[in-house]
Amino acid sequence: MATRYFGEPIKRNEDPRLLKGEALFVDDVHLPEMLHAAFLRSDYAHARLKGIDVSAALEHEGVVAVYTADDLGDYWQPGPLLVPPPPVERLTFHQRTQVPLAKDKLRHVGEPIAVVVATSRYIAEDALQDIELDVEPLTPVVGLESALESDAALVHDGLDSNLAAHVIQEKGDYAAIRAKAEVLIKRQFVYDHGAAAAMENRGVVADWDSKAQQLKIWDTTQAPIPIRNGLAAMLGLSESQVQVIAPFLGGGFGPKIMMFYPEEVVVPWIAKQLGRPVKWIEDRQENFFATTHERSQIHDSEIALSKDGRILGVSDTFLHDTGAYAPYGLTVPINSQCTLLGPYDVPHYYSEFKAVFTNTVIVTPYRGAGRQHGVFVMERLLDIAAKELAIDRVEIRKRNYLKPDQFPHNHEIIYQDFAPLIYDSGNYLPALERAAEMIDYDNFIKTEQPQLMKQGKCVGLGIVSYVEGTGIGPYEGARVKVDASGKINVATGVGTQGQGHFTSFAQIVAEQLGVDIEHIRVVTGDTSEFGWGCGTFASRGAVVAGNAIHAAAVRVRKKVLKHASEHLEAAEEDLVLEGGKAFVKDVPTKSVSLGELAQMSNPLRGAVKPGSEPGLEATDYFGPERGATASGVHAMIVEIDPETMMLEIKKYIVVHDCGKVINPMILEGQIQGGVAQGIGNAFYEELVYDDDGQLTNASFMDYLIPTANDVPTVESDHVETPSPLNPLGVKGAGEAGAIPVGPLFAQAIEDALSGFNLEILKIPVSPGKLFELLQESGDGAQ
Amino acid sequence: MNVCVTVNGKVYERVVEPRLLLSDFLRHELNLTGTHVGCEQGVCGACTVLLNGDPVRSCLIFAVQAHEQEIMTVEGLAPAGTDKLHPLQEAFRDAHGLQCGFCTPGFLLTLLPFIEENPNPTEQEIREALSGNLCRCTGYQNIVKAVKLAVETAERGE
Amino acid sequence: MKPAPFDYHAPTTLAEALALLDEYGFDAKLLAGGQSLVPTMNFRLALPEILIDINHIADLAFVRNEDDGLHIGALTRHAELERSELVAEKAPLLAEAMPNVAHSQIRNRGTIGGSLAHADPAAELPAIMIALEARFRIQSQSDDRWIAASDFFVDLFTTELEAEEILTEIVIPPLPARTGCAFLELARRHGDFALVGAATRVTLDNLGACSEARIVLLSVGNTSVRAVLAEQSLQGKALTGQNIRDAALIASDQDIEPPADMHATEKYRRQLTKVLAERTLTKALERATSAP
Repeated sequence: MATRYFGEPIKRNEDPRLLKGEALFVDDVHLPEMLHAAFLRSDYAHARLKGIDVSAALEHEGVVAVYTADDLGDYWQPGPLLVPPPPVERLTFHQRTQVPLAKDKLRHVGEPIAVVVATSRYIAEDALQDIELDVEPLTPVVGLESALESDAALVHDGLDSNLAAHVIQEKGDYAAIRAKAEVLIKRQFVYDHGAAAAMENRGVVADWDSKAQQLKIWDTTQAPIPIRNGLAAMLGLSESQVQVIAPFLGGGFGPKIMMFYPEEVVVPWIAKQLGRPVKWIEDRQENFFATTHERSQIHDSEIALSKDGRILGVSDTFLHDTGAYAPYGLTVPINSQCTLLGPYDVPHYYSEFKAVFTNTVIVTPYRGAGRQHGVFVMERLLDIAAKELAIDRVEIRKRNYLKPDQFPHNHEIIYQDFAPLIYDSGNYLPALERAAEMIDYDNFIKTEQPQLMKQGKCVGLGIVSYVEGTGIGPYEGARVKVDASGKINVATGVGTQGQGHFTSFAQIVAEQLGVDIEHIRVVTGDTSEFGWGCGTFASRGAVVAGNAIHAAAVRVRKKVLKHASEHLEAAEEDLVLEGGKAFVKDVPTKSVSLGELAQMSNPLRGAVKPGSEPGLEATDYFGPERGATASGVHAMIVEIDPETMMLEIKKYIVVHDCGKVINPMILEGQIQGGVAQGIGNAFYEELVYDDDGQLTNASFMDYLIPTANDVPTVESDHVETPSPLNPLGVKGAGEAGAIPVGPLFAQAIEDALSGFNLEILKIPVSPGKLFELLQESGDGAQ
Repeated sequence: MNVCVTVNGKVYERVVEPRLLLSDFLRHELNLTGTHVGCEQGVCGACTVLLNGDPVRSCLIFAVQAHEQEIMTVEGLAPAGTDKLHPLQEAFRDAHGLQCGFCTPGFLLTLLPFIEENPNPTEQEIREALSGNLCRCTGYQNIVKAVKLAVETAERGE
Repeated sequence: MKPAPFDYHAPTTLAEALALLDEYGFDAKLLAGGQSLVPTMNFRLALPEILIDINHIADLAFVRNEDDGLHIGALTRHAELERSELVAEKAPLLAEAMPNVAHSQIRNRGTIGGSLAHADPAAELPAIMIALEARFRIQSQSDDRWIAASDFFVDLFTTELEAEEILTEIVIPPLPARTGCAFLELARRHGDFALVGAATRVTLDNLGACSEARIVLLSVGNTSVRAVLAEQSLQGKALTGQNIRDAALIASDQDIEPPADMHATEKYRRQLTKVLAERTLTKALERATSAP
């Protein structure tokens, strides 16, 4: 094909609408007679709810209805378990999922209790102030370790303890190898993740058309099809009566793949009750209390090594905070457990975790989804080992990398997709070497750093590796169709959250059909356009939906070639598809446009050959056997003011391998954005709960999202190890930028402050915390 | 209360409650939904509009305060009635300065006067100018690139 | 996050505004730039019944130089102060601090009077005014008085203003000869409220010794805090590196009782105070040395 689309940095199709303010987001939906909902939320982390009086709220002018759990009747059901536990032998799991409106008990600050429906959001919020609650406060369960103590209060009365799950996975025999190890390093690590804080908060608009018996829902979800299926079942409607549209999403990053949030379940029900459209838009404060977080894990870890720095085995036992409910099953801690192994050859691995219920916001995946926690542990263990063994930190990683001939590599434990953790392909050394070269590692360590240190400057370098399991199943589907106008329509079931799907998916189709991407209309996230699929999560959009689109496009290409060959009286192999036309190679005048072919394949009169299908259209599906493993290396140089502990990033390098690249411009953007979130996680953002279970920094004033001043320019390069598990050879890239930034900061800061006796075992870190660490280590700031 | 306001050159008159925020007024009364709301406390910058030419947070102004004032929103940037983009919008597209696009209108309106007043900004000045707008997708790098591109375009008189 | 209902008044003269305040007293709240008030109302932490919008009182926005100093109208926006050549010339400390006040969009709207009346101990302007020995004009229907900046701030978000009074004008007296000023602050992100900030002023005598020093700190107490003992320690002394370091240590150890919060412990605030006191004193000295 003369014109290449796949692999090109093509400008995005969706941009003009977004830039002109014409793109539809959920809060942009305006319907006649629309009502507005506001939720009354718990101020208590843990309390018995003994009574609710809504009578005063109902008297407000403009209030149409107020509902509590009792009003929901049989519709009141705990949400479904979205991800059942994987088939791991040694596993205990206690299923507890969120409820639409709290009944009897309040389990976290922000849990919805009642909903006011009024003619405006302002009035609805006025009425919230007049709902009276009879509440008996209970002891809040906050800390992970104390939650498991025998006298701890219980988040869920029906359970014996606050244990949500207990999982043990093992490879080889760690105890045996430990006995033989020359070096053992043992530490406790704490890794805290935070709020995704997408710029757009969540929202739902629901409209019940009683005449058509159709329910239409606009929802800020990354998974419109499962939402449609679930709501239809709950409301007693057929799936074809419910349409869920996930229009443009103002960022998702994970929490928008959490499904059947209370508001998502209650608002459509109200619309159906009242026969009027109802809108609920989450505000920023609610976003901190009502949208899922990712938070803390405490790891007790040990690494066994030989004297020359080879990993013999790793043992890791950790606690995982799952919040008040665990609708997302074990995805996050399993990711931590599996991703800990990283790009390394770890012959023996013992991993055990306990997930713990606490009186805090629910934990579900947020960009990285637990992978950060595992990567932090492994990278830190290697850093400490390198120091103790006086081996260069790049060298110790090189010595332990899996070699190209070890792929596919079976880690002998089960991954989040229920499949064995088998790395499909990888070649780690070139990325590390390239990153070291780009950051000028040798020169910095040997020359630059000692010189600057002599001048009293504290400069340090970090360099870390990671892998990311991406593109997991089960499946996605797509339909590709050529219109009579020559335009191509592509529909797939995934929602989209800003990753450029309207362009990258178009490129996949363009590559097959030879049509410029501006003539390709991609529709995502509208269940009336495509009704099968799962959603965008786990860096899987490009891999799974991308390959489904590829498969459908290949089938349409075959149809186009067949029809064109008949029409042009030329052999299929002599035909070229380009510029929206099929033509005979070397005879460009002998051509027919795709639009004409589409028309001919859909005649209104006359006969067709028996057995022929109308139109140039195909639907296909793709489900990988298991995930594709992407990998990479981040490197960074920082300078720290030794008096104030303020930190400046001087240089940031990413070398990344996500197999074949569909659009390098979009990929770079994903990495840059991921790094920014990683920096936020490592150095700025922390959800601070007090002992009462109150989230003390639930606003953008105190929850510090990095600004343009805080994020450096990222220089990046790519290594390409295609995945053998899908025809496009692609691997996911959405989360990679965010994953290894915690250990990168830790290593670089320790290096910059090498004059002090400092070990960073906790993320996030901050100037204030660094100061405290130095105080504790007895060195003190200068 | 009566509010008479000029938005993107067009005069609108509405009767509103004094407490109605300008952001809600633009979005829900005038249906100019390009102005987005991210925090309603003046931190994120998504709701930034021009009030008499100056970028301000529309979530921290009551609609009644905009009475007889002039406002510009993202809908007023591109030449009306064409497919064309404003050069600043074009630069954002060329530099991949947006991903989900939710924060983008706020960035554009912050930058519009900045570029006019700073024909040759340094990277630090650009980053400083952007620092009152949060973006969760891009890591800002390509937004900085877009500003540089827009400045170059303006310099060439395009 | 929508504000509760209120009655709205938009007087166009100071007299009208004062009459409204006289009528409604504590039930009313003045709306100037609104950049602190409106978020508080959106969170429903402030529930004023009456809002008196003074943005239409054109007479309250001005910057002009007079014999007794630089006069600034209370309604003057931060952005105007930031841009003003007069401010840069007559009150360089104020000019130096302005870019640290939040972000440009906030500065386009926020006013000097609003910021001072709000009395946030983490805000820059109160500290600057104390360092510059500014005086504030306070008017009500029955009174028209002046108060020194150092007497104005009483406690957390509390000033000497009575319910029926408006802060209308600020006067910053001319700097004495051989005087230098410096402002520095440290924040987690630029534009955030400072973890600690220091506004410092140094005047030298004929022999080059310190005849007067002012060190005003922000974010280390319920109001902006003058490091009085540190100031005194420098009186009459040569501003050697050692003397400056000693003074900085006095400021951080003896002059303040800083609060702890999630961003900084008490000890860390003391450390930052020491660093900023030293750095601003050094810079102010440099400037005083080259000043006329």
